[in-house]
Amino acid sequence: MDNFFKQAWAGLRVLLALTVILGVAYPAVVWGVSRVPGLHANAEASGTSLVAVVREGDEYFVPRPSAATLPASGGTNKSEINEDYTKVIAERRTEIARREGVAEDQVPQDAVTASASGLDPHISPAYAEIQVPRVARVSGLPVEKVRELVAAATEGTFTTTVNVTALNRALDAA
Amino acid sequence: MSPLVAGLVQVGILVAALAVAYRPLGDHMARVFRVQETEDQKHSKVELAIYRFARIDPNAEQKWSTYAFGVLGFSFVGIVFLYVIQRIQSVLPFAFDRGTVSEGMAFNTAISFVTNTNWQSYVPEAVLGHTVQMIGLTVQNFVSAAVGLAVAVALIRGFVRHQTDRLGNFWVDLVRGTLRILLPMAFVFAIVLIALGVTMSLKSGVDVDGQTVANAPVASQEAIKELGTNGGGVLNANSAHPFENPNEWSNLVEIFLLLVVPVALTRTFGRMVGQPKQGYVLLGVMGTIWSAMLAVIWAAEANGIRPLEGKELRFDVAASALFANSTTGTSTGAVNSWHDSYTGLGGGGTLLNMLFGEMTPGGVGTGLYSILVMAIIAMFLAGLMVGRTPEYLGKKLGRREVTAAAVSILAMPTVLLIGAGIAAVLPSTQGALNNPGEHGLSEILYAYASASNNNGSAFGGITVTSDWFQSSLGLCMLFGRFVPIIAVLALAGSLAAQKKVPVTSGTLPTTGPLFATLLGASVVLVAALTFVPALALGPIAEALL
Repeated sequence: MDNFFKQAWAGLRVLLALTVILGVAYPAVVWGVSRVPGLHANAEASGTSLVAVVREGDEYFVPRPSAATLPASGGTNKSEINEDYTKVIAERRTEIARREGVAEDQVPQDAVTASASGLDPHISPAYAEIQVPRVARVSGLPVEKVRELVAAATEGTFTTTVNVTALNRALDAA
Repeated sequence: MSPLVAGLVQVGILVAALAVAYRPLGDHMARVFRVQETEDQKHSKVELAIYRFARIDPNAEQKWSTYAFGVLGFSFVGIVFLYVIQRIQSVLPFAFDRGTVSEGMAFNTAISFVTNTNWQSYVPEAVLGHTVQMIGLTVQNFVSAAVGLAVAVALIRGFVRHQTDRLGNFWVDLVRGTLRILLPMAFVFAIVLIALGVTMSLKSGVDVDGQTVANAPVASQEAIKELGTNGGGVLNANSAHPFENPNEWSNLVEIFLLLVVPVALTRTFGRMVGQPKQGYVLLGVMGTIWSAMLAVIWAAEANGIRPLEGKELRFDVAASALFANSTTGTSTGAVNSWHDSYTGLGGGGTLLNMLFGEMTPGGVGTGLYSILVMAIIAMFLAGLMVGRTPEYLGKKLGRREVTAAAVSILAMPTVLLIGAGIAAVLPSTQGALNNPGEHGLSEILYAYASASNNNGSAFGGITVTSDWFQSSLGLCMLFGRFVPIIAVLALAGSLAAQKKVPVTSGTLPTTGPLFATLLGASVVLVAALTFVPALALGPIAEALL
């Protein structure tokens, strides 16, 4: 046991020294670098479109369902064989079909399933498309104009997605 | 681009990036660690200052037992330090009225981060301030990975040294691994991640269209979270959170980071033993199992009933499955989608990845020493078949060596099955589950598999804040980490003490397809024989429903 305590004592000193380097200096320098102009426009994420929250009112596009309790993030963790949750999904589908005036089989998967973060900024082009008529009607904008805004908010390298947060802000500005 | 093609392109980019990094990083790591005692070793000024402060003679080498006491002593003070700063969080800066962390949670979290598990029973946005994240968790993200590296290097020295009782100096291996490998890479990739959009804020949150979303100094911890195969999210949704993983490119960078060190260590191993082929064959086995499991998980998810539940749209199914397979195949445990919402087969695949014992390719250091231990088991089995004393890399595998290897392999299933077994019959567990039936059992199994293998991912629906879960999972993490480490160091000590056995016509070559098949089969069979009964009642039953 003597050897253990001797090593632990050396370990405490090594830990303290490394804490100064790894726990203080390293994050501080990375924080400093994050302020270098041109590297990241927005390390503070103020006004970010990386995350989406529900905007009140039918003149906005609706993001995916969320299980997050803001300000924290999170998902449902519900499994496929969870029958209670299967009912929830079916209710969501019915509700969205009613809201957008489309058949239930036109409601895409991403519209009825909760995202992992609960803050997913994206919806599928299909989900955006079925929301266009409602948004145009309530906001008073022409359908073509709304479609243009959807196209402008479409992004992604491997998977094509529509950024709801950016889209709703574009609607504000339109 | 169809989803299949898009997924294959991403897999291709990832594999290409790993191939480019393989030799330079593997060779660099081989240069960082001294192989023979007689080799000259230069220390930097910072390193010398640390050794002076800790009163360590960096040129003195240690026996295996002293090396092991170093690992245990360092980890012990790490746990105590992490526990204490959580318990006094309310007086630390950047705590944002999140208060002190409760006893059970602080105990569990302290063990979790020191053992490189990074299991999280807490919601970071509600429980931890930036100070504990930085001076506590970030530091352990580095050093717990460096401990794994050190143990792996000590085992390699056991093979390459002859008739000595010296395995190196733990403190030197720890400090060099941290400052010469992990820190420079983490720094560079933290900046890469920032450039890709990862946040770095000292504020507690940010206003988004009238609602507050928590923020943190994410980038600095994100880089080492992946690079050190740690996996503890700075925010609750981990790498699914857009602040931690904003787009498809940051996602690929993060998957690359969590694979690169375990993969390149096979090169380091080959270099240090003087036969790069010995490393390639290990990589071949790891890569084959990783690829097969990716195919299973990806196909299962693509054919699920609701494949997007618990996944982020920007990652779709393919990049979610790629992350899930890599994070469970490396003991990382970061997630960019919730495995709990996966199909029976897909979620079962992530579970099986952990049950292989985290060696496909495994964690930083831990993956390499785990597969070397499995290689010893494989050679032992081969020796039984032909009736010869088995050898590996010029060392005889006698009773001591095989016993140490067996103890190392059996520690994980023992604590896992005892813990999960008790949890399954406790009446209180029913209330902790998030899903019914077979999937509920999978949630329990997954929790204990994750803790015992030091992975840290979860079937996250299960509520693990009761005293039973906090303490039993904490103990699984401790035993799952340190029993194998002690056994591996004892093994290294006994190997180093031996003479070199000359290669004869009767020696089974360990660079060819025969050995690769033997090793791969051992990995799969040991897991299958141990866990099929438990898996049959959980994920297998669910997949057949």
